[in-house]
Amino acid sequence: MDWMKIGSALLILAMIIFLFPRAKQMLKNSPEAEPGDWQGAILPILAVVGFVLLLIVMV
Amino acid sequence: MNRLDYSVARPAAEALQVNKVIRNTYTLLSATLFFSALMAAVSVVISMPPMTYLISIVGAMLLIWFVLPKTANSASGLGVVFAITGLMGFGLGPMLEMYLSLPNGTQIVGTAFGGTGVIFLGLSGYALTSRKNFNFMGGFLFAGMLVVLVGALANIFLQIPAFSLAISAVIIMLMSGFILYDTSRMIHERDSNYVMMTVSLYLSIFNIFVSLLHILGMTSDD
Repeated sequence: MDWMKIGSALLILAMIIFLFPRAKQMLKNSPEAEPGDWQGAILPILAVVGFVLLLIVMV
Repeated sequence: MNRLDYSVARPAAEALQVNKVIRNTYTLLSATLFFSALMAAVSVVISMPPMTYLISIVGAMLLIWFVLPKTANSASGLGVVFAITGLMGFGLGPMLEMYLSLPNGTQIVGTAFGGTGVIFLGLSGYALTSRKNFNFMGGFLFAGMLVVLVGALANIFLQIPAFSLAISAVIIMLMSGFILYDTSRMIHERDSNYVMMTVSLYLSIFNIFVSLLHILGMTSDD
Protein backbone atom coordinates (compact mmCIF):
# COMPACT_ATOMS: atom_id res chain seq x y z
CA MET A 1 0.00 0.00 0.00
CA ASP A 2 1.80 3.15 -1.14
CA TRP A 3 1.49 6.62 0.33
CA MET A 4 -0.43 7.98 -2.68
CA LYS A 5 -3.22 5.45 -2.12
CA ILE A 6 -3.31 6.09 1.63
CA GLY A 7 -3.29 9.86 1.08
CA SER A 8 -6.01 9.64 -1.59
CA ALA A 9 -8.17 7.45 0.66
CA LEU A 10 -7.79 9.88 3.58
CA LEU A 11 -8.62 12.86 1.36
CA ILE A 12 -11.76 11.17 0.00
CA LEU A 13 -12.78 10.17 3.54
CA ALA A 14 -12.35 13.79 4.68
CA MET A 15 -14.48 14.99 1.75
CA ILE A 16 -17.22 12.48 2.64
CA ILE A 17 -17.19 13.60 6.29
CA PHE A 18 -17.29 17.25 5.26
CA LEU A 19 -20.00 16.86 2.62
CA PHE A 20 -22.32 14.52 4.54
CA PRO A 21 -24.02 17.17 6.75
CA ARG A 22 -24.40 19.50 3.75
CA ALA A 23 -25.94 16.72 1.64
CA LYS A 24 -28.35 15.85 4.46
CA GLN A 25 -29.38 19.49 4.81
CA MET A 26 -29.80 19.92 1.04
CA LEU A 27 -31.93 16.75 0.75
CA LYS A 28 -34.17 18.02 3.55
CA ASN A 29 -34.48 21.64 2.37
CA SER A 30 -34.33 21.48 -1.44
CA PRO A 31 -37.51 22.72 -3.12
CA GLU A 32 -39.76 20.17 -4.83
CA ALA A 33 -39.43 19.81 -8.58
CA GLU A 34 -42.41 20.99 -10.63
CA PRO A 35 -43.76 19.09 -13.66
CA GLY A 36 -41.25 19.34 -16.49
CA ASP A 37 -38.34 20.41 -14.26
CA TRP A 38 -36.49 17.11 -14.39
CA GLN A 39 -36.97 16.87 -18.15
CA GLY A 40 -35.40 20.33 -18.49
CA ALA A 41 -32.38 19.12 -16.51
CA ILE A 42 -31.93 15.60 -17.87
CA LEU A 43 -32.05 16.54 -21.57
CA PRO A 44 -28.90 18.76 -21.49
CA ILE A 45 -27.09 16.15 -19.38
CA LEU A 46 -27.97 13.46 -21.93
CA ALA A 47 -26.62 15.81 -24.61
CA VAL A 48 -23.36 15.98 -22.61
CA VAL A 49 -23.24 12.16 -22.49
CA GLY A 50 -23.71 12.02 -26.27
CA PHE A 51 -20.99 14.63 -26.75
CA VAL A 52 -18.54 12.67 -24.58
CA LEU A 53 -19.25 9.51 -26.63
CA LEU A 54 -18.48 11.54 -29.76
CA LEU A 55 -15.17 12.67 -28.22
CA ILE A 56 -14.29 9.05 -27.38
CA VAL A 57 -14.87 8.05 -31.03
CA MET A 58 -12.80 11.02 -32.26
CA VAL A 59 -9.70 10.20 -30.18
CA MET B 1 -46.86 57.75 -7.80
CA ASN B 2 -44.07 56.79 -5.40
CA ARG B 3 -45.57 53.30 -4.93
CA LEU B 4 -45.68 52.81 -8.72
CA ASP B 5 -42.06 53.96 -9.04
CA TYR B 6 -41.06 51.53 -6.28
CA SER B 7 -42.87 48.56 -7.89
CA VAL B 8 -41.27 49.32 -11.29
CA ALA B 9 -37.82 50.14 -9.90
CA ARG B 10 -37.48 47.07 -7.66
CA PRO B 11 -37.44 44.35 -10.36
CA ALA B 12 -35.05 46.50 -12.43
CA ALA B 13 -32.72 46.90 -9.43
CA GLU B 14 -32.77 43.14 -8.83
CA ALA B 15 -32.06 42.45 -12.51
CA LEU B 16 -29.09 44.84 -12.35
CA GLN B 17 -27.80 43.06 -9.24
CA VAL B 18 -28.17 39.61 -10.89
CA ASN B 19 -26.38 40.83 -14.03
CA LYS B 20 -23.60 42.27 -11.87
CA VAL B 21 -23.11 38.92 -10.08
CA ILE B 22 -23.10 37.05 -13.41
CA ARG B 23 -20.61 39.48 -14.97
CA ASN B 24 -18.29 39.40 -11.93
CA THR B 25 -18.46 35.62 -11.69
CA TYR B 26 -17.56 34.98 -15.33
CA THR B 27 -14.83 37.64 -15.30
CA LEU B 28 -13.24 36.11 -12.20
CA LEU B 29 -13.72 32.59 -13.60
CA SER B 30 -11.93 33.52 -16.84
CA ALA B 31 -9.02 35.02 -14.91
CA THR B 32 -8.72 32.03 -12.56
CA LEU B 33 -8.93 29.51 -15.40
CA PHE B 34 -6.13 31.33 -17.21
CA PHE B 35 -4.03 31.43 -14.02
CA SER B 36 -4.73 27.76 -13.34
CA ALA B 37 -3.66 26.80 -16.87
CA LEU B 38 -0.49 28.85 -16.45
CA MET B 39 0.34 27.07 -13.19
CA ALA B 40 -0.34 23.70 -14.85
CA ALA B 41 2.09 24.61 -17.65
CA VAL B 42 4.75 25.61 -15.09
CA SER B 43 4.23 22.32 -13.25
CA VAL B 44 4.63 20.33 -16.49
CA VAL B 45 7.79 22.24 -17.50
CA ILE B 46 9.52 21.75 -14.12
CA SER B 47 8.38 18.07 -13.98
CA MET B 48 6.84 17.92 -10.53
CA PRO B 49 6.56 14.46 -8.88
CA PRO B 50 3.19 12.59 -8.79
CA MET B 51 2.64 13.39 -5.09
CA THR B 52 2.22 17.06 -6.11
CA TYR B 53 -1.37 16.35 -7.21
CA LEU B 54 -2.41 15.01 -3.81
CA ILE B 55 -0.65 17.75 -1.83
CA SER B 56 -2.11 20.49 -4.06
CA ILE B 57 -5.65 19.14 -3.82
CA VAL B 58 -5.39 18.80 -0.03
CA GLY B 59 -4.14 22.40 0.20
CA ALA B 60 -6.92 23.65 -2.08
CA MET B 61 -9.61 21.76 -0.13
CA LEU B 62 -8.35 23.18 3.19
CA LEU B 63 -8.54 26.70 1.72
CA ILE B 64 -12.06 26.04 0.38
CA TRP B 65 -13.40 24.61 3.64
CA PHE B 66 -11.73 26.83 6.24
CA VAL B 67 -10.49 30.07 4.65
CA LEU B 68 -12.81 30.90 1.75
CA PRO B 69 -16.06 31.11 3.77
CA LYS B 70 -14.43 33.71 6.04
CA THR B 71 -12.97 35.81 3.23
CA ALA B 72 -15.58 35.52 0.47
CA ASN B 73 -17.13 38.88 1.34
CA SER B 74 -13.85 40.79 1.46
CA ALA B 75 -11.11 41.74 -1.00
CA SER B 76 -8.84 39.00 0.37
CA GLY B 77 -11.36 36.50 -1.02
CA LEU B 78 -9.97 37.21 -4.49
CA GLY B 79 -6.48 36.24 -3.33
CA VAL B 80 -7.87 33.05 -1.78
CA VAL B 81 -9.65 32.14 -5.05
CA PHE B 82 -6.45 32.59 -7.04
CA ALA B 83 -4.56 30.53 -4.44
CA ILE B 84 -7.12 27.71 -4.73
CA THR B 85 -7.19 27.66 -8.53
CA GLY B 86 -3.42 28.12 -8.78
CA LEU B 87 -2.82 25.17 -6.44
CA MET B 88 -5.23 22.93 -8.31
CA GLY B 89 -3.72 23.90 -11.66
CA PHE B 90 -0.22 23.25 -10.34
CA GLY B 91 -1.34 19.85 -9.08
CA LEU B 92 -2.48 18.89 -12.58
CA GLY B 93 1.11 19.04 -13.89
CA PRO B 94 2.17 15.42 -13.16
CA MET B 95 -1.12 14.07 -14.56
CA LEU B 96 -0.80 16.12 -17.75
CA GLU B 97 2.82 15.03 -18.13
CA MET B 98 1.73 11.40 -17.88
CA TYR B 99 -0.96 11.79 -20.54
CA LEU B 100 1.31 13.84 -22.81
CA SER B 101 3.86 11.02 -22.74
CA LEU B 102 1.31 8.66 -24.41
CA PRO B 103 1.61 8.21 -28.22
CA ASN B 104 -1.51 10.32 -28.91
CA GLY B 105 -1.20 12.26 -25.66
CA THR B 106 -1.41 15.73 -27.18
CA GLN B 107 -4.67 14.79 -28.91
CA ILE B 108 -6.11 13.37 -25.65
CA VAL B 109 -5.24 16.47 -23.62
CA GLY B 110 -6.39 18.85 -26.37
CA THR B 111 -9.68 16.98 -26.84
CA ALA B 112 -10.32 16.92 -23.09
CA PHE B 113 -9.56 20.65 -22.88
CA GLY B 114 -11.79 21.57 -25.82
CA GLY B 115 -14.52 19.16 -24.75
CA THR B 116 -14.60 20.65 -21.25
CA GLY B 117 -14.96 24.13 -22.73
CA VAL B 118 -17.81 23.09 -25.02
CA ILE B 119 -19.63 21.31 -22.18
CA PHE B 120 -19.30 24.29 -19.82
CA LEU B 121 -20.29 26.92 -22.38
CA GLY B 122 -23.20 24.81 -23.64
CA LEU B 123 -24.65 24.14 -20.19
CA SER B 124 -24.09 27.70 -18.95
CA GLY B 125 -25.63 29.11 -22.11
CA TYR B 126 -28.65 26.85 -21.67
CA ALA B 127 -29.12 27.79 -18.01
CA LEU B 128 -28.68 31.54 -18.71
CA THR B 129 -30.99 31.71 -21.72
CA SER B 130 -33.73 29.35 -20.47
CA ARG B 131 -33.71 31.04 -17.01
CA LYS B 132 -35.08 27.76 -15.59
CA ASN B 133 -34.77 27.28 -11.83
CA PHE B 134 -32.64 24.19 -11.15
CA ASN B 135 -32.60 24.61 -7.35
CA PHE B 136 -34.60 21.38 -6.93
CA MET B 137 -31.49 19.44 -8.02
CA GLY B 138 -29.36 20.47 -5.03
CA GLY B 139 -30.13 17.54 -2.73
CA PHE B 140 -29.86 14.97 -5.52
CA LEU B 141 -26.50 16.35 -6.69
CA PHE B 142 -24.91 16.39 -3.22
CA ALA B 143 -26.23 12.88 -2.48
CA GLY B 144 -24.86 11.74 -5.84
CA MET B 145 -21.46 13.25 -4.98
CA LEU B 146 -21.38 11.28 -1.74
CA VAL B 147 -22.18 8.03 -3.56
CA VAL B 148 -19.41 8.72 -6.10
CA LEU B 149 -16.91 9.50 -3.33
CA VAL B 150 -17.75 6.22 -1.56
CA GLY B 151 -17.30 4.39 -4.87
CA ALA B 152 -13.99 6.13 -5.52
CA LEU B 153 -12.79 5.25 -2.01
CA ALA B 154 -13.68 1.59 -2.56
CA ASN B 155 -11.95 1.53 -5.96
CA ILE B 156 -8.66 2.73 -4.45
CA PHE B 157 -8.46 -0.76 -2.91
CA LEU B 158 -10.44 -2.77 -5.51
CA GLN B 159 -8.51 -1.30 -8.50
CA ILE B 160 -11.16 -2.26 -11.12
CA PRO B 161 -10.54 -0.27 -14.37
CA ALA B 162 -14.17 -0.53 -15.58
CA PHE B 163 -15.42 0.77 -12.24
CA SER B 164 -12.96 3.66 -12.46
CA LEU B 165 -14.31 4.48 -15.92
CA ALA B 166 -17.89 4.38 -14.63
CA ILE B 167 -16.98 6.71 -11.76
CA SER B 168 -15.47 9.22 -14.20
CA ALA B 169 -18.61 9.05 -16.37
CA VAL B 170 -20.87 9.67 -13.37
CA ILE B 171 -18.66 12.57 -12.23
CA ILE B 172 -19.07 14.24 -15.64
CA MET B 173 -22.87 13.92 -15.39
CA LEU B 174 -22.93 15.18 -11.79
CA MET B 175 -20.65 18.13 -12.57
CA SER B 176 -22.86 18.99 -15.56
CA GLY B 177 -25.77 19.04 -13.13
CA PHE B 178 -23.77 21.29 -10.79
CA ILE B 179 -23.07 23.75 -13.61
CA LEU B 180 -26.82 24.01 -14.26
CA TYR B 181 -27.54 24.28 -10.52
CA ASP B 182 -24.87 26.93 -9.80
CA THR B 183 -25.76 29.03 -12.85
CA SER B 184 -29.42 28.88 -11.83
CA ARG B 185 -28.48 30.00 -8.30
CA MET B 186 -26.69 33.04 -9.74
CA ILE B 187 -29.90 34.05 -11.51
CA HIS B 188 -32.49 33.23 -8.86
CA GLU B 189 -30.76 33.74 -5.50
CA ARG B 190 -30.80 37.35 -4.41
CA ASP B 191 -27.70 37.24 -2.21
CA SER B 192 -25.40 34.98 -4.25
CA ASN B 193 -21.70 35.74 -3.75
CA TYR B 194 -19.67 35.87 -6.96
CA VAL B 195 -16.48 34.60 -5.25
CA MET B 196 -18.21 31.44 -3.99
CA MET B 197 -19.94 31.00 -7.37
CA THR B 198 -16.59 31.22 -9.17
CA VAL B 199 -15.06 28.50 -6.98
CA SER B 200 -18.12 26.24 -7.44
CA LEU B 201 -18.02 26.60 -11.22
CA TYR B 202 -14.24 26.17 -11.28
CA LEU B 203 -14.50 22.91 -9.33
CA SER B 204 -17.11 21.61 -11.80
CA ILE B 205 -14.90 22.51 -14.77
CA PHE B 206 -11.80 20.99 -13.10
CA ASN B 207 -13.59 17.71 -12.33
CA ILE B 208 -15.04 17.45 -15.84
CA PHE B 209 -11.58 18.02 -17.35
CA VAL B 210 -9.88 15.41 -15.13
CA SER B 211 -12.67 12.86 -15.71
CA LEU B 212 -12.61 13.45 -19.48
CA LEU B 213 -8.82 12.98 -19.48
CA HIS B 214 -9.29 9.70 -17.64
CA ILE B 215 -12.04 8.43 -19.97
CA LEU B 216 -10.27 9.48 -23.17
CA GLY B 217 -6.96 8.11 -21.89
CA MET B 218 -8.44 4.71 -21.06
CA THR B 219 -10.55 4.36 -24.22
CA SER B 220 -8.01 5.62 -26.76
CA ASP B 221 -6.65 3.05 -29.23
CA ASP B 222 -3.20 3.06 -27.65
